[in-house]
Amino acid sequence: MASIYSLFIISKSGGLIFYKDYGSSGRMDTNDSLRLASLWHSMHAISQQLSPTTGCTGIELLQADTFDLHCFQSLTGTKFFVVCEPGAQHMESLLKVIYELYTDYVLKNPFYEMEMPIRCELFDLNLSQAIQKDRVALLGR
Amino acid sequence: MIGAGKMKQYGNVLEKPLSKGRHEVSLSAFAFLFSELVQYNQTQVDNIAELERRLEDAGYAVGARVLELLCHREKGNRRETRLLGILSFVHSTVWKVLFGKVADSLEKGTEHEDEYMISEKELLVNRFISIPKDMGTFNCGAFVAGIVRGVLDSAGFPAVVTAHFVPMEGLQRPRTTILIKFAEEVIKREARLG
Repeated sequence: MASIYSLFIISKSGGLIFYKDYGSSGRMDTNDSLRLASLWHSMHAISQQLSPTTGCTGIELLQADTFDLHCFQSLTGTKFFVVCEPGAQHMESLLKVIYELYTDYVLKNPFYEMEMPIRCELFDLNLSQAIQKDRVALLGR
Repeated sequence: MIGAGKMKQYGNVLEKPLSKGRHEVSLSAFAFLFSELVQYNQTQVDNIAELERRLEDAGYAVGARVLELLCHREKGNRRETRLLGILSFVHSTVWKVLFGKVADSLEKGTEHEDEYMISEKELLVNRFISIPKDMGTFNCGAFVAGIVRGVLDSAGFPAVVTAHFVPMEGLQRPRTTILIKFAEEVIKREARLG
């Protein structure tokens, strides 16, 4: 079963606003997750500058021996990325779904302050449902 | 002249024929507008009860207008004069026009004679809203409670209307109950009418 190790959401200024662990492998403490998020933010920005192609929007996929990292950047600069098993499929569409949930349950929530950590019950609820559904879909294949 | 320009603009609106039937607006647009309404009111108050009251007042104005409009459009310029009539008018007609569906349930309070409850599994205004833990029992349904109070008050049924979260067994999310407590005079009048 292809599985997701963790999910990160970084605000446009590089702060970690959401982090969630799935499963036991690749577990991190709070400091590590913050470090990784800001590291990714910087790497993403540098990659845009270094890229030989014009109009590059930054790294979308990082493949390593033990994990794949899929990243999706919204138009406003909020970055969503998942760390998953190597070769996991359909991560782009999962990221889109997560982005949709973010726009619905975070941005339309009057009690959410921009750039602040996400603490929205409905977002958590719908997110776990989406991840669950994704797992079921993958299992069924 | 500024005035002349304005007159012309209004003239155009008045020349347009009255729209027939229902028009739906984008849920997202409404959600963002409502979110801004809540955020704006939050900057104007220093406690939650005050915020609730302000949202209710905003809804009250909507309710008063909705009653006027729907009596004209749906009821041929008549309005309900009996308690159950006006309640079912709110529960079905008003709900259908505002939220696109009839409210999930309309019940009579078990403990008090003057209390009625309209319940919704998921109130449209609360669709995208998560209440932070530190705000306790605050419910943005206060806006809808205000609408109900606006309708009832304008129709001659003064009442105190409040919105509450009620946890449901087997459901992850609590449902919202709009509690209507009619004024004494309304109950007396109903009794007299028989």
